[in-house]
Amino acid sequence: MEFKFFYHFGRFLLMLKGMFSRPENMRMYWKEFMHQCVEIGVGSFGIVLIISLFLGAVTTVQTAYQLVSGLIPKSTIAQIVRDTMIIELAPTMVCIVLGGVVGSKIASELGNMRISEQIDAQEIMGINTKAYLILPKILAALVTIPCLVVLAAFLGIWGGMEAGKLSGIISHEEFMQGLRSSFDGYNVFFALSKSYTYSFIISSIPAYYGYNVRGGALEIGRASTTAVVVSCILILFADYILAALLL
Amino acid sequence: MIELINIRKSFGEKVILQDVSANMEAGKTNLIIGASGSGKTVLMKCMVGLINVDSGKILYNGQDFTAMDDKEKKPIRQEIGMLFQGSALFDSMTVEQNVMFPLDMFSKGSYKEKKRRVQECLDRVNLKDANNKYPAEISGGMKKRVGIARAIVLNPKYLFVDEPNSGLDPQTSLVIDKLIKELTVEYNITTVVNTHDMNTVMESGDHIIYMHQGLKQWEGSNKDIVFAKDQKLNDFIFASEFFKEIKEMRQSELFQDQSWRTKKEGEEDTKS
Repeated sequence: MEFKFFYHFGRFLLMLKGMFSRPENMRMYWKEFMHQCVEIGVGSFGIVLIISLFLGAVTTVQTAYQLVSGLIPKSTIAQIVRDTMIIELAPTMVCIVLGGVVGSKIASELGNMRISEQIDAQEIMGINTKAYLILPKILAALVTIPCLVVLAAFLGIWGGMEAGKLSGIISHEEFMQGLRSSFDGYNVFFALSKSYTYSFIISSIPAYYGYNVRGGALEIGRASTTAVVVSCILILFADYILAALLL
Repeated sequence: MIELINIRKSFGEKVILQDVSANMEAGKTNLIIGASGSGKTVLMKCMVGLINVDSGKILYNGQDFTAMDDKEKKPIRQEIGMLFQGSALFDSMTVEQNVMFPLDMFSKGSYKEKKRRVQECLDRVNLKDANNKYPAEISGGMKKRVGIARAIVLNPKYLFVDEPNSGLDPQTSLVIDKLIKELTVEYNITTVVNTHDMNTVMESGDHIIYMHQGLKQWEGSNKDIVFAKDQKLNDFIFASEFFKEIKEMRQSELFQDQSWRTKKEGEEDTKS
């Protein structure tokens, strides 16, 4: 097990090193980067919208359920929803879901290209496939996923506010008052640090597993599942490390 | 011309290629034949640089390909076209985009010029009205043609073809073989074909290398093959009664050919 960890880690580092070379044609790399931004960013918008709205709504309702003391003002619910969404739910939960959506897509796309010899075809043409196929995916994830996380935080808070109003827990005015009190900008920095780290994990780990698939269709499925599982574990691990280091 | 000098390759304990030496000549269809597991695919992958050899040299017009790093290999790789067994077309691109891809990546011409070149190549492989179709929407034979068009779009000096007839009906196989042979002569390309197909061997084999258990067992042309005395080669090529009969017919045809006989006798004299 230990040997395998170092084997994969070494190959992963070599893959990252191999990505950095002079592009054969900058225009084609830019085109591929933009294509990946659309695939990863715009393609994931729907799922981010849905999960963040519900995360915010559930957080509001459950926080209200736990705040039984009449001494605590209702606006505290908004503060808790805001900070929970920014610090944890928007970056971590959204990225775990994206790890499944984007991760399996990247792993299966590259795995299929490997099995059907499309990667070999590009290699023979003289293209650095690590640079052309993997780097744009990682860069696109680093650009679009933090934007999605910021969006998720806003949507989650808005979802929480609407859920509070709809279920008669807290009025819009009280919620807005809570949102404005004791806001710490450092939380946003912390959330963005998390989202950049997770974006790298979500894109590079599945790329590694997909790019190195050997075998047939069954192996593509296995690689995709392994990529998602490893990405999720690494996200949770990184979550703890970042919390310990930055908070 | 491609020269192979004492190529050796092993995967772990298993020796795949043992001191294989051969010359792949320009303007000729060079065939690598052999049973499954004989090492012909590994040999081809070594030649195009997808697998590194353990020892030996591969020379492209005198330049040692095996001693080059990835950066140095790039100019030679851009002179290589390859048709894969499964065609290896890019799923997300149309036929036209597939053929245009190498041009987009490596040529500086305008879109109009590129499109004209793509159309030239598609016309050359007799592929009509398929420009906007995706690989999933075309037949196996059409995929092979698109693969050939993509391989020749940059005017390669070397063309590698892996199992061109796998999964194709006999008629389409003949068309593909004929196309490869014509292109080889037309553009004076060094073509290397990896095949099991006996039609290809008999029709296109200007220069044939027979591989057996990682060794080059026999070398010659499609005319020499009918007179070959190598037992392993004969067991492989003329395995069925049908092919045995064809061999006898071909032998008698060639024997009646005075010029062929004179040439053959001259070769025998030189050897002795």
